[in-house]
Formats: sequence, structure tokens, C-alpha cells
Amino acid sequence: MIRRAVRSIDRRSGSAPFIRKALRYVFPDHWSFLLGEVALYCFILLVATGVYLTLFFDPSSTQTVYHGPYKPLDGATVSHAYASVLHISFSVKAGLLMRQTHHWAANVFVAAIVLHVLRVFFSGAFRKPRELTYLIGIAMLGLVLLEGFLGYAMVDDLLSGLGVAIGYSVALSVPFLGASFANLIWDGGFPGTSAFWSRLYIGHVLILPMLIGGLLATHLALVAARHHTQFKDSPGASEKRVVGVPSFPGQAPRSLALMFAVFGTLFSLGGLVQINPVWLWGPYHVGDGTNGAQPDWYLGWLIGALRLVPSFDVTIGSYTLVPNPFWGGVLFPLTVFGFLALWPWAERIVTGDRGYHNLLQRPRENPWRTAIGAAVVTWVFLIFMAGSADRVDVWLGISYTAQIWFYRVAIWIVPVLVGLVTKRVCEELVAGERVQRVQRDAALAAKRARSLGSPE
Amino acid sequence: MSRVRDALVAAVVLVLGSSPDRPGDEDLDHRVVPRGPQERGAESLLLVLLGGAALAAVAFIVVYALDGIGHQTQWLGLSLGLAFGLLAAACFVTARRLVVTEELSEPYPEHGSPHERGLIEEIVHESGSRFTRRRLVKLAGTGAVGTLGLAALTPALSLGPAFDNDGLLRTPWKRGRRLVDETGRPLAAADIAEESFYTAYPRGVDREQLGAPLVLVRLPLEQIRERRDWAPQGIVAYSKICTHAGCAIALFRKPTFAALEPRPALVCPCHYSTFDPAAAGKVLYGPAGRALPQLPLEVDSSGHLRAAGNFSGPVGPSWWGVRMRKVKS
Amino acid sequence: MRGLVVVACALVLAASAAAEPRGAGLYAAACSTCHGVTGAGRAGRGPSLRGVGALSADFYLRTGYMPLQSPSVQPERSRVLFSEPQIRSLVAYVASLGGGPPVPTPEADGRTAVGLRLFTGHCAGCHQIAAQGGFVTGARVPPLTHSSDRQIAEAIRVGPYLMPSFSTRDLSAADVNALVSYIDYTKHPDDRGGWAIGKLGPWPEGVVAWFVATAALVGVCLLLGRRVRS
Repeated sequence: MIRRAVRSIDRRSGSAPFIRKALRYVFPDHWSFLLGEVALYCFILLVATGVYLTLFFDPSSTQTVYHGPYKPLDGATVSHAYASVLHISFSVKAGLLMRQTHHWAANVFVAAIVLHVLRVFFSGAFRKPRELTYLIGIAMLGLVLLEGFLGYAMVDDLLSGLGVAIGYSVALSVPFLGASFANLIWDGGFPGTSAFWSRLYIGHVLILPMLIGGLLATHLALVAARHHTQFKDSPGASEKRVVGVPSFPGQAPRSLALMFAVFGTLFSLGGLVQINPVWLWGPYHVGDGTNGAQPDWYLGWLIGALRLVPSFDVTIGSYTLVPNPFWGGVLFPLTVFGFLALWPWAERIVTGDRGYHNLLQRPRENPWRTAIGAAVVTWVFLIFMAGSADRVDVWLGISYTAQIWFYRVAIWIVPVLVGLVTKRVCEELVAGERVQRVQRDAALAAKRARSLGSPE
Repeated sequence: MSRVRDALVAAVVLVLGSSPDRPGDEDLDHRVVPRGPQERGAESLLLVLLGGAALAAVAFIVVYALDGIGHQTQWLGLSLGLAFGLLAAACFVTARRLVVTEELSEPYPEHGSPHERGLIEEIVHESGSRFTRRRLVKLAGTGAVGTLGLAALTPALSLGPAFDNDGLLRTPWKRGRRLVDETGRPLAAADIAEESFYTAYPRGVDREQLGAPLVLVRLPLEQIRERRDWAPQGIVAYSKICTHAGCAIALFRKPTFAALEPRPALVCPCHYSTFDPAAAGKVLYGPAGRALPQLPLEVDSSGHLRAAGNFSGPVGPSWWGVRMRKVKS
Repeated sequence: MRGLVVVACALVLAASAAAEPRGAGLYAAACSTCHGVTGAGRAGRGPSLRGVGALSADFYLRTGYMPLQSPSVQPERSRVLFSEPQIRSLVAYVASLGGGPPVPTPEADGRTAVGLRLFTGHCAGCHQIAAQGGFVTGARVPPLTHSSDRQIAEAIRVGPYLMPSFSTRDLSAADVNALVSYIDYTKHPDDRGGWAIGKLGPWPEGVVAWFVATAALVGVCLLLGRRVRS
């Protein structure tokens, strides 16, 4: 049966050599290489559940009066978009499961990408010839953040509506161009016309998924074309030869296991743990607010930055050059993405290393990179934590204003300290291994000498 | 009856029996995939896991079909999650115990093909051999394609009023416009009590715009330090939209015991920008870079509140002209 | 029979007569340090209680907001120091200090939708849309999960600490009933999506996404990606 299927495909496409190569493609074996796959499977589930949701969602901002099964909103003025999400959650069988799985998948998707980027960075996988693959990955990270934001903004509930207003202020804050830029996107002033809602929808459902999908396909093709990087600890692994498990029969069941594990985890969460219960938040209206509004976790670094910046607009006379949200909402993320995107070239220029690298480095083997990376991660993480300072005040009683002052200072000092400590730790670890190796070699030599010199 | 028994026996044999080796396998010493030991225990575990996954998937279908079941979303998620989880476990068992995990080595691909690159260069170069003024042609070509690209991008400017910022200045407030509450009822000065706060809108106007919502508080007249003439009977009105990032200022903090508690303030719930209603909306705390725009009020002959003009400045988050331009009605 | 009734009446009269003097005694012991001997307040220590009425005293005492350890900290829900008869006496005593509103009798009337609209407009900015509490510069805003219907009605009128107060003109008794219905609802809201993880939104959701899902999947990667022994 296999013979017949393969024969019919090969005769019509000539792909047998390609399929055979693909079946025996060698996957270097380290658990951290699977993180990108986790992200991939999240994306697949997002597309699948997302398509399902588009079959029910009504992307219209036209207001209507709600008279559905959720009684606490009876008589409330809501948009059609919001009402359709309530319909999915309350009246479509398995609708809430799909909605929640979709949202959990989005959150885990970004988490997996972040872990994957960290692995790639700290192991030096971005070096020549893989800079293009890496850049595509960073671009995808940026697009995915936007995609997630658009996704939960479309629902037009009170929490995400406040987030869209904040997004508007960030667009406005671009020096010189901000007003025109925001006017273009929103078709006028906030909250925008119905055209804005069409843009949210088509951006989230078509344009961004296509971009991300296309980049993803290129990313995977490039990884396969240049072949996967590997650590040196497999016997036989070198810059010239890659050692690992072939896709068939070894790797395939493991990848499948991971895929089913991802689906299983996300569907279980989607049914068992409530996420984004928009019926509790109510609809968004320009004059309404609520305490405790937060963006989804992957934009938490931005709310932290927005809260940390002290009160000032940069003005020249009466010309407002830099409105306040610019620093936290535009400059900060651009800096982080700029750092990520430019790092391969910065490293190349500083170290003068222009060689090809198929072997990965353990983080300790490159103390500078690891230290600087750790410092930047600490910087971003502290700013992220600052976004939760109000929660910490409420739960632990530590004054919010005191925390903000602490963070304003700490985000500059602590990363430097972390960088210095990290560098030292790396160097010590490497030195320790060197000592161990010398000891081992000496012991081996001694044993050999003894066995040679021992009488028959 | 014996048919049923035969079928059952056949099923048992199918499950427990082993498929015989294909004839001639032992004779072949050349294999692509190496042989590995058979593990019937792992295989049985695999069958159990697959069966479990199938049962869980059926459970999903059954739960879906049942109409009156409580916590349906939870059962659906649990059954589907379990089905996938068991399938994952089945693949895991297969990977660990039922297929051979080989360690192969193969060469990394070449760094590139200098020969092919050379050929590409040659092809492109030789193809242009009929041109006499290459640089000029290149310039003209780039110019044509570039301007065409610009032309193709130009309709993007139709997305919104990119060159008209007057929309950012316009508010629905003007002299004489009545204030109404959330239900549309006109607000009287006597409705506004001290130690409380109120949301107001312009009468007869679409509320879903940044310039519409107001927040009103009444302060003792002697506490108001600026623009007292904008505050009849101590009632002050401010734009409800925070000048930092556009959230609605939905908090009013009022001290019960003024000696020991912070002064009255309007606070935004998003990033905690805090404004002083007694001092022209000055920023007391938080990232807002601009004072809250204030609306002058007047009390008409029937005791109702009306706007006495437009805001002191544009509403909403800052942009380049927010201090240069005046609000329009 | 009539004798019994007479004795009962006498006892009741005696008890109520004792209440005020008893209340005065409790007040002097527990409250006068900050609120003054005559309830007129003391500069830098506590506000006047004249005219606050039974409503206010009932609220502060039954929530444990009062007595307050130090006048400069935020009153928060805590241990109730007094027994039921003691509370009644104190409330009666405070009410006798210049009148004031009586203890309200709200009733949840099932108009949850009206309550949600009122709550969004008047309360959600501080108390969070699902009444889980939050933060305002200068105070922690309590969740309403432990508030009784009466305490909700009282807090609306009193505006304790930094909370604004709403008179019957701002929120009528019917409005308060609707609000009470909504707040009662938030104690057991519709969480058909599963475990509600605090009804706070993205914050706990992020925690679960990382420490439950991503952690589990990283664990699976560790399991699957073990080094191959050749």
C-alpha cells in the first residue's frame, strides 16, 4: 500500500529523491532545539481555532442593544463584534472551548518564541550563515506581538478597549508624524470609524497571518537548507558533520508527541481554565474605565515602561516634539528589537569573527555575549515587573510610589550588576572545567603508565 | 452465535497475535534502517494508549451531543485534551521503545557555490552586452520603477485624514451646550454634591468621541486655586480622557479626614496619572505630561449646568500641535 | 400573664436605657482618644462623628475598620472587636450625637443589568469591573467579596477613607438595590469557562500561561530531547 501511494506521488511530481532525503534528514538532539517546534505547533493550533472563530465573529463596530442569554448585560449598548463574541461563548456549542484555546495558544505561542529566541541568542545560533534566518525570526516576533494585540482588541470589551486607546496615544506620540500616522490608521481621531474595525479584522485574520506564515515557511526552509546547528558534545559532531536522529523513524514520533502534547495542553487549558471572560468586563465605551486593566502578558513590558517614565512632554516652545508615551511605547520596544536585530553584526564587528559556525557554543563559552544578553534580559524583565507594581502594592502592601522610584533606579543599575556577575560566573565555570579536564587527563596518563610499567 | 464467537476470537487474535515476519527478511543483510529488538510490552502499552485516545475522542463527541450537561466547556476541554495527551504518550512510547533511534552523521551543506555565483554574474553581465549607455539606462529604470512604487503607495494616504489634524481639535462642546448624565437627563447644579464625582456628556451628541465625556466634582469655593470663574458654586468640569494615553479617568479620591489624607484628585486607572481638580487639572503624579483640559461651566436660569465655552486645550493624548492649536467646537 | 408582660417591658426599658450609658462607656474607652470626648473630633487624630449617624457607625464597626490602630493608616477590613450587643450600643450612641442617617435596609432586587451599568459608571474605576478591588494613588481599594448587602449600601453613602460618597440624589435606594444585586452576582459570577483565576484578567492568565502551560511543555521537551546514547 505504501508502495502504491509513493509510486503515484513520485510519478506525478518526481519528488521521491526529496522525500527520501527528508525522511533521513538528521536532527541534532538537544531538548532546547524543540522550543521552536512548540511555537510552530501553537501557530498551527492558532490558525485552526482562528478559522473556526472567523466563521462566527462579526467584525462590526456598529452599536446594538444586547438581549442575549447573559442576563447581566441585558439592555446594554454593545458593538456587534462584542455581541458576536458573547454569542460564541454562550450559544455556540464548543464555541467557548475554541475561543479560550485560541487565546491560551496565543499566550503560550509568544512564551515559546521568547524561550526559543533566548536559546538561539545564548548559544550563538544566529552566526553566519544563519543571520537571515535569525532576522526573519525577530521580524516574526514583532509581527506576532502585533497580531496578538489586534486579536484581543477586536472583541471591543472594556479591558481591551482601554488598550486600544493606549495604542492610539502611542501612535500619536511619534515625533512630527504622530498625528498623521494615527489619523491614517484610525481614519480620523479615536475611536475611529468603522473602517478601523475592518482594518483590525483583516489585519488579524488575513494580512498578518499571511506575513507570519510566509516568513515561517522561509524560516524553516532556511533552517533545513543550511541544516540545523548542534552542540559539540555528540561524538563525531564537528563544523563539517552534523550528528543526530533521522526524521524517520526516530524523530517523527518525537515531533508528533510534542505536537499532540501542545494540542493537549492547550485544549485542556481551553476547557478548564477561564481566560478573557469578556462578559464580566462589559463593552468598551470612550467614557468608561476600570481598575486593573492590563494588556496580555507579552505587552506587559510596555505598560511597565509607560508607567515608569516621569511626567513630561518634550516641548520646544509650544511645539510638542516628544509626547510622553513615546519613550515607553515606541523607543523602548524599538531599542530592544534593534538590539536583537543588530546583534549578529555587532558581535561580528567587535570580535572580528567572520567565520561560518555550525557548532553552537554553550553560554559559558562566550562570556561577553552571555553577560550582555543577561543584562538586557534583566533590563526588560525589571521594566516588565514594574508594570505589576500596583498588584504588588495591593497584595504585599509595598507602596506603589516607592516601587516606581525603586524601579526607575534599579533598571539601570541591576542589569550592569547582573552582567558583571554573569561574565564572572561563565569564566569561572569554564576555568573549572579546564581544571577537571587536566585532572582527568593526568589520571588517565597515570593509569596508562601504571599498566605499562606493571610486571607480567 | 458461533459467528459472534468466531468474530470475538478473531478480534482477540488480532490484538494479541503477532504478524509474522515477511519471508526473506532474515536473508537481507543490507538494511537502511537497522533492526531493533521487539518489545511486546511497549507495544501493548501503545495499543492501550491509542485505545484510550480513541475513547477520549468519542467522549468529546458524546459530551458535545449532550444538551443539558453542566460545565460542558470543561468536559469538552478535558476529553479533547486527554485524547491529544494520550496520543502524545502513544507517540512518546513509540519513539522510546518501538522505533530504532539511530545516531547518524551527515555533512553540512557547502557554504555556497562560488562556481554557480560566478556563472550568475556572467549571465547577468553578458545579457547586458547590447546596451551602450548602461548607467543611464539603470538610472532611468530605477527612476521609473521607483516612482511607480511611490505611486502605488500613494493611495494609502486615503486611509485617513493624514494632513488634516483639525479632527484632533474638534470637541462637541460650545457655549450654551447642556450637560446631561449617563441616562440623558440634564444635570442641574443642585445635583452635584461635594465628596462625589459625576460623568457628564453633551446633550444630543454622539458620546463615542474623546471630546465628549466630562468628569465633574464640586469643591468648596475657597479650595479652588485657579480659574474660579470657570467653577460656578465650586463645580469644576474636566475632560474625562487622560492626557497621557487616552483612558477614561474613572477614579476620584476624596479625603474623609483631610488632615491626614491626600487631597482630592482625579486619577486615571491605567497608569495612575493624578490630576488636581482645584488647580486647573495640574498633574500631581504619574506619567501624564499635560494638565487635564478644563471646561468652563455656567448655571442657566433654570439651575441647569451648561458649558460656558470650549475646553482650555485639546483633549486626549498629546501630539505635536496639542500646545500650539486651539480647540474647535 | 399581665404581670409577665409588665416585667418584660420593664426589662426592655431598662436595657435600652442602659444601652446609651453603656454605649457612652464603650465610646469613651475605644473611640474618644481619636474622635474626642464629645464626638467632635480631635485635630490630627480623627474626624467629628456628629451627624454621621447610625449608618456610618454600623459600617465602620461591623467591617472592623474601626477601631483604627493609628489615624494615619488606611482603615481596612479586619477583626471585629466588639460583640453584637456592644456594636448596637455604640451605634445607638453615635446616632445620638446629632442625628444622621439610619442603618439602611437594602435588598438585592435581581436588576443585575442595571447594577452593572451603575457599577461601571460609579465604582469600577476603583473597585475593578468584577469588584475584585485594586489600587488608587494613596490607597488600596478593597475587593467586595466579603461585603454584606448592608455594608455595600452603607459604604456608598459614607465613602470611607478616600472613596467618594453618593447621596440618595446621586444613587437612589432603588439604584443601591440594583448595585447590591450586581455586587452579589460578582461573588459567584458566571465562570463557565472554567477556573476563574481571580477574575483579574491578563495578570493571572499570564502566570498560568508561563508556569502551567509553558512549564509543562518545556518539561515535555526535556523528556523528548534527551541525549542519544550511541
